[in-house]
Amino acid sequence: MTDNKLKIENSFSQNVSVGWFLAKRDIKHANIWTTTLIVFVMTLTFLNLIVVSGILVGLIQGSEDAQKKYAIGDIVISSFLNRTAIEQTPKVEAIVKTIPGYKDHTVRYSGSARVESNYRETINPGEKRDGVGGMLLGIDPIQEEKFSGVSKFILRGSYLESTDQDSILIGKNLLYEFTPIEAPGFQTLKNITIGQRVKITVGKTSKEYFIKGILSSKVDEFDTSVVALSSEVRKLTGRTDLDAGTIAIQLLPGTDPAFAKDFLLQSGVGEYARVQMAAEAFPKFLTDVKVTFGILGNVISGIGLVVASITIFIVIFVNAITRRRYIGILKGIGINKKAILYSYMYQAFIYASLGIFFGMLLIFLLIKPYFAANPIDFPFSDGILVATIPTSFLRAGILLVTTVIAGYIPARIVIKQNTLSAILGR
Amino acid sequence: MLEIKNLKKIFKSGDEEIIAVNNLSFAVPEGQFLTVTGRSGSGKSTLLYQLGLLDVPTSGEVIIDGVDVVGLSEKERTGLRLNDLGYIFQDYAILPSLSALENTMLPLLMQGFDTKKAQAKARKALERVGLLDREGNLPSELSGGQQQRVSIARAIVHDPKIIFADEPTANLDSETSEQVMKVFLELNKEGQTIVMVTHETDYAQMAHRTIAMADGNIMSDTLNKGHHGNHKND
Repeated sequence: MTDNKLKIENSFSQNVSVGWFLAKRDIKHANIWTTTLIVFVMTLTFLNLIVVSGILVGLIQGSEDAQKKYAIGDIVISSFLNRTAIEQTPKVEAIVKTIPGYKDHTVRYSGSARVESNYRETINPGEKRDGVGGMLLGIDPIQEEKFSGVSKFILRGSYLESTDQDSILIGKNLLYEFTPIEAPGFQTLKNITIGQRVKITVGKTSKEYFIKGILSSKVDEFDTSVVALSSEVRKLTGRTDLDAGTIAIQLLPGTDPAFAKDFLLQSGVGEYARVQMAAEAFPKFLTDVKVTFGILGNVISGIGLVVASITIFIVIFVNAITRRRYIGILKGIGINKKAILYSYMYQAFIYASLGIFFGMLLIFLLIKPYFAANPIDFPFSDGILVATIPTSFLRAGILLVTTVIAGYIPARIVIKQNTLSAILGR
Repeated sequence: MLEIKNLKKIFKSGDEEIIAVNNLSFAVPEGQFLTVTGRSGSGKSTLLYQLGLLDVPTSGEVIIDGVDVVGLSEKERTGLRLNDLGYIFQDYAILPSLSALENTMLPLLMQGFDTKKAQAKARKALERVGLLDREGNLPSELSGGQQQRVSIARAIVHDPKIIFADEPTANLDSETSEQVMKVFLELNKEGQTIVMVTHETDYAQMAHRTIAMADGNIMSDTLNKGHHGNHKND
């Protein structure tokens, strides 16, 4: 008896290995359709955890990516808030080209302008002209094309050439045809066609231009702007120097933007203008929406987790209840309660792991590449699926822990019951 | 080796008390084959559950190797069942998802044997009950008699001090029942202590000793002449 008493303490490893032994056999001999259904539910739950929040965040991420790729680059230099332009722009431009890891840049001139379409027509007293206020963007067409490939955003008409001193491109958000909003105070240009003349006024300076193309890029920088040659914008804004509004810079892949920013500041650019990394220059509302969507995604994911927990709870509970007698027999022949409990936790773990495995395959081999190739066409962005390996593993871990707990609770309830009652089925 | 003193088990049903085991005392020497008989409701199975630590008596002592085990914790009782006791149930009670070999080796795995050693010992146990050739079969692929023999193999695989059998032949035809009884007698010949509950008089008389019960009391406690087993007190 003394020896026996010494033997009765089952070690953790014995409980674990017997639990695993029982779980493996239970799953192996379980009904294939039941197992398939459980794994399917777990796969859907995992997809829900990753894809729903991933797409919500991806809506904004798509917008940020487009901003970065086409508008602001990796680093953007802009005028101080109390200035109209970057001082010493040619000098700053020269420094930009010396950044280690520099790839490309574009210089843009900017100002505010009013565009009128029916300025030649006689209007009745009290009637408003068909006009709109917008940003005036001056570009070097060749430099800009190389930087952002903006010509691919021409919806109608054609892109500017270096000699197009009497032509402009106009963003679709300024046109009623594409932004049919009739809110008080909100104006858009109606009945605009390619080749039509419009009058652009900056302060007291006005000039007529032909509309050469309409831009649709889902990047505000272009969609809410009137784009003209830099020289024209300088003329309209009365600028006699070469000081520009922004310089957007692209870096070679692998170059740390923080390093490039430091380089520019240490080179004295900070004396003439603001230097920001892309993440610092994104509009605040984008960041706010991204955070909000992230929270929304987490709430939806949380609901998914609860559903998964309940599913596993029911599956394990039904499994344990229907096998209550066998649990009693196991206890009767001396199998430790913990070993039996572990067997159910293992089963929950295996179901969740299989669901996660198939979910991962679907996400990274199918869904993510699909969305990358076919972004969701939202009005303000091309939505992509944001799903990173570390985040996916983190959420997989959360799902695993939740599932194992959901398996533990019902198994414990059933295992706690009296051994003899379980054996006799009473 | 196994002794009970003033063992009592009372079940309560509302205000009513049913005395299933009424103040029983007796001892089972090592190597004895004891059968307990009686009609349905006589208390024989309840007695077996108290002896086998599957249930806790209302009062009295169950002494195994000189130690009263009634007061032990659930964990300690589970440990004792694993290491010192073997069980054979009326309806075999083998696990449907495990093969004959896996069912048999399960107590050994719980004791900490590695898989290979557990398999080797389990095969020996299956060989003793004549089922080595069916080691890979699931219970659903075995006949009732074969399943009961797997149950016996599982009960003996860890060399328990006492085997408890609850009506092991009740669900079997006469031929298979005799095969099972033959296994019990062989085990007893090798010195295995067995306590078996049965309502079949012929099989009860094959043991050294038979206790007849009625209404929770011992009506008779007799040594059987011409028993087929063997024990140290013979």
